[in-house]
Amino acid sequence: MHINPNEILETIQMVRMEHLDIRTVTMGISLRDCSHPDIEVFNENIYEKITTRAKELVHVTNEIQSLYGIPIINKRISVTPIAVAAESCKSHDFASIAKTMDEAAKDSQVDFIGGFSALVHKGATVGDLKLINSIPEALACTEKVCSSVNVATTKTGINMDAVGLMGSIIKKTADLTSDRDGIGCAKLVVFANAPEDNPFMAGAFHGIGEPECVINVGVSGPGVVNAAICELENPNLTEISETIKKTAFKITRMGEMVGREVSRRLGVEFGILDLSLAPTPAIGDSVAAILEAMGLERCGAHGTTAALALLNDAVKKGGAMASSSVGGLSGAFIPVSEDAGMIEAVRAGALSLEKLEAMTSVCSVGLDMIAVPGNTPASTLSAIIADEMAIGVINKKTTAVRIIPAPGKGIGDSVEFGGLLGNAPIMPVSGFSSEVFVKRGGRIPAPIQSLTN
Amino acid sequence: MASSRFIITVIGSDRVGIVAKVTTVMASFNVNIVDITQTIMQGIFTMIMLAEAPQENFDLSAFQEAMSAEGKSLGVEVKVQHEDAFRFMHRV
Repeated sequence: MHINPNEILETIQMVRMEHLDIRTVTMGISLRDCSHPDIEVFNENIYEKITTRAKELVHVTNEIQSLYGIPIINKRISVTPIAVAAESCKSHDFASIAKTMDEAAKDSQVDFIGGFSALVHKGATVGDLKLINSIPEALACTEKVCSSVNVATTKTGINMDAVGLMGSIIKKTADLTSDRDGIGCAKLVVFANAPEDNPFMAGAFHGIGEPECVINVGVSGPGVVNAAICELENPNLTEISETIKKTAFKITRMGEMVGREVSRRLGVEFGILDLSLAPTPAIGDSVAAILEAMGLERCGAHGTTAALALLNDAVKKGGAMASSSVGGLSGAFIPVSEDAGMIEAVRAGALSLEKLEAMTSVCSVGLDMIAVPGNTPASTLSAIIADEMAIGVINKKTTAVRIIPAPGKGIGDSVEFGGLLGNAPIMPVSGFSSEVFVKRGGRIPAPIQSLTN
Repeated sequence: MASSRFIITVIGSDRVGIVAKVTTVMASFNVNIVDITQTIMQGIFTMIMLAEAPQENFDLSAFQEAMSAEGKSLGVEVKVQHEDAFRFMHRV
């Protein structure tokens, strides 16, 4: 088949100038066969299983990267939620499991490992509570381990006991990593309706409905979408939507090709492709810039929620057309610290926590990588989580909170995490107390699925 | 990935001998040119080749390194990518 030179140059341009990349090839590995009452035996089992399964992952992924000339930024591993796999361990402290995961990740040369997780949307088992209470120590003593806790679903409602607990877990996690601006919290996500096949961190885990081993691919490209919009001459919003859709289609095709070839060479099932516009701190690789290219003076101005809704929906439509394996989160991410345009918007006073919360009702995830004052009470963090969970539960979508109460920092300061995690100005939270509400505990019941007005 | 065909792109400022030098490297790896096109886009020299690598004893990474080293000495960027990277993106 003849290939058009203009199409070739377009692809080259996307990679060279517009930061098109495969953000991650994530291998999901089931650890359900590793359980053992003795935590040391369990740790040996999971180390063995992870390093055996992922032995060739990085090598093969690098081969594919050079074969196609498309950068693959991260190689990652996700595992069965540790609370499930380690349920039978007699030990009360699960931090050693996180250390083992960290070693397995380092020895497999991957960038991150996700799955230090618990699913407690209706209630917590003994193992779930052991895991959650081990999170602060686990994230302080490891580099590559990511943790997530699902506290709500549309079918079960919101577990407010878990929401209340997570506020203080986040505070402790920040305190134990206070020498690094509370970076532990950048590796901890609280979810509603968490997807089981998401390849993106910090929320990736290998869900219990997943196969033994699977390859999931995350593709990104806010820079490509932004460039495509900027090329249009005085477009209306229908034309913008059409352009985003077409661009998303192309990016998704690239991810599908890479995913299938990696899984073929590894002899591992191909799971899903997640097309998520995930910004990086690099200039031009920003979701905020896309919203501004649509005509907003700054991200956060009135109209931002509408613009984001258009973007998120068009990305999904283009992706769904391009591949039958689209899954995970698929949409637009709005992590503040990882997006140069978002950071600028916060600094300029255009973007507030309240506006971000509204935006999460139409984007693919939630309040992401937001730094708040270190003296924010745990109950306020829990209340922020509760609000976000409510948006997810009622709208039948995934929402998440990844928030950093930066130790010793206040308004006017900023935190610096480096790399893909970026830096963030501290954002103000409401000074009014939510403590009594959060302390009530119990469950917010599952919402009615009819009378939807 | 059924074929062993690659798209080779050469991008940079024009000068004497680019095609000669790049194709010499290709010949030394027994890589055949199936199609070739070149244009000047906004003053930038752009050459695109569809090339076929031998089925056996072909070391892709050595070829890529040799091509990119030749590009460096010519002051141009040379990329060797499997044709599927382009077919997949633009065609269903």
